Amino acid sequence: MSAEGQPANSLLLAVGQLTKLFGTFAACNGINLDIKPGEIHALLGENGAGKSTLVKMLFGVLAPTSGQIVWQGQPVRISSPSAARKLGIGMVFQHFSLFEALTVAENIALSMDPGVSLARIAKEASDLSHAYGLPLDPHAHVADLSVGERQRIEIVRALLQNPKLIILDEPTSVLTPQEADRLFETLNKLKAEGRSVLYISHRLEEVQRICDRATVLRHGKVTGACDPRQETPSSLARMMVGGDVAHVSAEGTGTKGAIKLEARHLSASARTPFAVSLKNICLKVHAGEVLAIAGVAGNGQGELFDALSGEYPVASDDVILISDKPVGTRGINARRLMGAGFVPEERHGHAAVSALSLSDNLILARSQSDRRAFLGGGPLGLIRQDAVKMAAKRISAAMDVRKSGENPPAGSLSGGNLQKFIVGRELDRQPTVLIVNQPTWGVDAGAASRIRQALVDLAKSGSAVLVISQDLDEIFEVATEIAVISEGRLSDIYPASDLSREKIGLLMGGMYGKTETAETAHAH
Amino acid sequence: MGMFEAILLTVITAATPLVLAAIGELVTERSGVLNLGVEGMIIMGAACAFIATQLTGSPYVGILAGIASGAIFSLLFGFLTLTLVANQVATGLALTILGLGVSSMIAEPYLGQSGIKLPQIVFPVLSDIPFLGAVLFKQDLIFYLSIALVAGVNWFLFKSRAGLKLRSVGDSHASAHALGINVIRTRYLAVMFGGACAGLAGAQLSLVYTPQWAENMSAGRGWIALALVVFASWRPWRIVAGGYLFGAVSISQLYAQASGVGIPSQFLSALPYLATIIVLILISHNRRTTLINTPASLGKSFVPDR
Repeated sequence: MSAEGQPANSLLLAVGQLTKLFGTFAACNGINLDIKPGEIHALLGENGAGKSTLVKMLFGVLAPTSGQIVWQGQPVRISSPSAARKLGIGMVFQHFSLFEALTVAENIALSMDPGVSLARIAKEASDLSHAYGLPLDPHAHVADLSVGERQRIEIVRALLQNPKLIILDEPTSVLTPQEADRLFETLNKLKAEGRSVLYISHRLEEVQRICDRATVLRHGKVTGACDPRQETPSSLARMMVGGDVAHVSAEGTGTKGAIKLEARHLSASARTPFAVSLKNICLKVHAGEVLAIAGVAGNGQGELFDALSGEYPVASDDVILISDKPVGTRGINARRLMGAGFVPEERHGHAAVSALSLSDNLILARSQSDRRAFLGGGPLGLIRQDAVKMAAKRISAAMDVRKSGENPPAGSLSGGNLQKFIVGRELDRQPTVLIVNQPTWGVDAGAASRIRQALVDLAKSGSAVLVISQDLDEIFEVATEIAVISEGRLSDIYPASDLSREKIGLLMGGMYGKTETAETAHAH
Repeated sequence: MGMFEAILLTVITAATPLVLAAIGELVTERSGVLNLGVEGMIIMGAACAFIATQLTGSPYVGILAGIASGAIFSLLFGFLTLTLVANQVATGLALTILGLGVSSMIAEPYLGQSGIKLPQIVFPVLSDIPFLGAVLFKQDLIFYLSIALVAGVNWFLFKSRAGLKLRSVGDSHASAHALGINVIRTRYLAVMFGGACAGLAGAQLSLVYTPQWAENMSAGRGWIALALVVFASWRPWRIVAGGYLFGAVSISQLYAQASGVGIPSQFLSALPYLATIIVLILISHNRRTTLINTPASLGKSFVPDR
């Protein structure tokens, strides 16, 4: 059967009127999409627009309610991911489908032909990952890897299957510009080999740079199909959001106050065999400043956050100071009581307990710092549910958190909305020091803009803000000062206006001149 | 035969049912299912093995009956928890209570009958090795099976692709499902393997340990097997270490009580439990190893989102 009268062989994939209902809610509503052989096709849309539902149907994870999928001219039913792989569809998930207790090689083996030995898979994965500039140790356990390294596994796993169509869900959000460039080279190589790529992103610059065509989704419907090179970022954003996205700028934060957060020669040994040790880190954040720490995943960001937040206190008191008071050996609650706030990287299971309601998650974080407001009954410490619920409501309103119901479980919120709530939970206290790790990872453009604006506003109101991020766009939007972390060492701190992407890229590759200039020359 | 050899033989007989039941439960738990019905499956296996042996006169038919009854009984647990998504803890407890009751009922006519002991299989040359030969190579079929099963499970889990899939299901059933692994079928098979092993452990009790039928003759071994799995941090050979240590200490304390050592008998009776727990805690003190071996989805129900 040919789709809409076109010759059957001209399309790799044609999706017609594809609909997925969850109850009465249409996550995808009559989607039409076609992909030609050898093209990079962008799928644009905010979180909740139906992108993930659509690609899950293409990959056989979800069954469509109605509509048809035509693959190479043949109508197909993709009943399972292995059926999708057999057709030649590979997938890199946004929420990783990895197994923490297994090694990298074992994770890859699970989606490979069972006839291939584990040793050979390890070798091939290692070779391929190095060839594509995404180095991986096949024998490391996933539990010990950072978010960025985990994504590399997903990409390498999909590439190893030699697919005709590879679906990538937000692949560059954790890569350096240089790494992203290498990935784009890889994608162009795949394209030259006649393979197609379905590229999901909300980074419009990237889409314009590498994609041949784009399909835009909003509220489960196609709102536009275009050639992204003919559009401007703002016209694309309008199609995605249905309105203009506010631009964030750190300008006007100018006035520096007293030092609110300081690390003096902070060193910490690695807690697990695969963790990074911190080496002699010195930093100062003044009131009114946003210091952004850039770096590739797995270079000590998590360890630095753990030390600064007190999740893993360090051995001596006077290497970390909050408002000039030494706190190195104190725990997280002691530091909160001194006016600090913390937002860790992982939303689920670290920043929030998915199964608990928003108000319960609020009390978990602030039961000590807001003891008077939230707890009653003297030493009994009974939770004042009404007060906590009021505060949760206030935070949701202040950060524009969209949720189903009054006080739903944290797990039911989309990534962007939960992140807004988690950041709002700290901002609500007006902390004098706020430390945030990857504030907008996997968050859609609207929510990311909201969160970044809130961080800038907090600094403007006289607090010190430390943002650890891998997203250079974000760093240039929010930062007044920038430093780069690499292999557990922190670079000097530069004013944001003195740094270019290229310079940051060089610092990311290591500060000791190891990075070849040839690689950065073609970066932009 | 020397005194020490005699002790060793009794230790093996005491440890074998623990090892068997625990290795089965280990596979079940590695797939992410917590089946607390081990005690019930053991006693069903013991009853059915004894009845089948009395009816046919062949203890080998009894072994098959024990294995089959354990597997079929575990299927009930599988249907309730995997297909109907009932709570695993509550269902497991119910399975134990049901097993104790049903076994007493069906085996009631056989109470007090003397059974047929499973014959020894003697390896000609090896059994002549002084000291260890008689202990290791003059045993019944179930002992040899227990060691082969541990080696087999160890190979299956860590060397075979199917074992890797089973571990992946136990680690994250949602991710396994996304990769196209049939989570429910994998778990059914793992639950049935656990049931079959528990049934075999029961057969050992009524055909080797004490070749007769008595109500509640499993005497809490199912619970010890469950604890062994956790303390062995889900690694097969540690089950052998824990099971044999438990067997050794419980037999030695019997000898100690008989010889009238001046220690309160209650303390001696508690000793096997204490010794096993302490040693297994020492083995599993490495938190990283424990974390990596603990099935993260253990006890969580899975409903595919199709």
